Amino acid sequence: MNVDSIRNGVVIDHITAGKGMLVYRFLGLDKLNCPIAIIMNAASRRMGAKDIIKVDIDLPLELDALGYIDPDVTVNIIENGILTRKYHPGLPEEIVDIVKCKNPRCITSTEQELPHVFRLTDRETRTYRCIYCESKAKN
Amino acid sequence: MRHLIGMDDLSIAEIDSLIATAEDIIENPKKYSEVCHGKKLATLFYEPSTRTRLSFEAAMMELGGNVLGFSEAQSSSAAKGESVADTAKVISCFADIIAMRHFKEGAPMVASLNATVPVINAGDGGHNHPTQTLTDLLTIKREKGRLTNMTIGLCGDLKFGRTVHSLISAMARYEGIRFVLISPEELKIPDYIKHEVLERNGIPYEETTDLEAVLPSLDVLYMTRVQKERFFNEQDYIRLKDSYILTPLKMAKAKKDCSILHPLPRVNEISVGVDADPRACYFRQVLCGKYIRMALIKMLLEEAEKEGAR
Repeated sequence: MNVDSIRNGVVIDHITAGKGMLVYRFLGLDKLNCPIAIIMNAASRRMGAKDIIKVDIDLPLELDALGYIDPDVTVNIIENGILTRKYHPGLPEEIVDIVKCKNPRCITSTEQELPHVFRLTDRETRTYRCIYCESKAKN
Repeated sequence: MRHLIGMDDLSIAEIDSLIATAEDIIENPKKYSEVCHGKKLATLFYEPSTRTRLSFEAAMMELGGNVLGFSEAQSSSAAKGESVADTAKVISCFADIIAMRHFKEGAPMVASLNATVPVINAGDGGHNHPTQTLTDLLTIKREKGRLTNMTIGLCGDLKFGRTVHSLISAMARYEGIRFVLISPEELKIPDYIKHEVLERNGIPYEETTDLEAVLPSLDVLYMTRVQKERFFNEQDYIRLKDSYILTPLKMAKAKKDCSILHPLPRVNEISVGVDADPRACYFRQVLCGKYIRMALIKMLLEEAEKEGAR
């Protein structure tokens, strides 16, 4: 797939093979009504196999969750048919309302309006912990 | 605004300064008897706790301040469905400082994000209990004369025991500390404490199920209760509650200067026969709790005043 084949939008490349649908759901792409292509198990020289998501959209997309789900992906921003920006999101220091705390003893389990905030506590093991109860984030 | 939610909120220098203030209060109580005159402490206790609440209240009174609050969720606006965030905003209008105990983990953190006065975590479920840890540190300092170079045994419920988790994190910051973790298999210390606190900082530790075998090597033995309220299944509680009972016979194997600590209340894990042993520190520990809370309240109120003056 040519990344410059869309006029405006985002191509998320180098998604770990098999994680394409997870990325699709976490980014809330199922709620958009623009054209979206999901390519699973595409051949990759670097990775062997990879998934790719292509979103044909004018609006800026909220991509904060990407770094948490699959930080090694490549994000390609396309504007007016030109690749204007290419980057790896990396691990975000903090994620808000991307994953829910599953600890039944956590205050977030009873106070529904609290934001679910997780902070990166171990970069090596990519561990995120709830800021309230310190439970590990689980997808 | 400065709060105390977990021990990580305090630097080693601040912990040492709090301990020094507490020791000065013990020596010169009159000097501190009016330092909180005109100030109010709100004790918001959503979960029953005699010792911690009364310790906070006694601490504030001995500093010349006043106290208000509630001692169970049913007698608070929480029973009407008020959120912790709203309660913190409201109580900030009445009090100069808040001490909160809550059965949900992270509730004091939520309060601190919404209050306009300092919030002290007085225990949040099985999570943090920093003033107990400060109490333990002051006790160890007074009993041993130091907080460095010693072997600390922690015995009992190391899985749900929040005092144990906090104490390990705090003591791991001092030099020459070695831990011996004594528990039944089902109540072992959680992996994240081992990996993120002990192994990451190169702190030596040993896990065992045999208290008597390791007792002679300990400088401090921190006993804990198997807490019924942390179990979802009562049968598990009944099976594990009598795992370790410290008796005068076992104490014969301990070092002559081994200090026995316990956050209290105890059920039967330390036999009453041990109480007369001079190495049993747990009632002196309760007193230390009041003094360190005095030092903490004083520090947080002074910092809040400085912030207000800016």
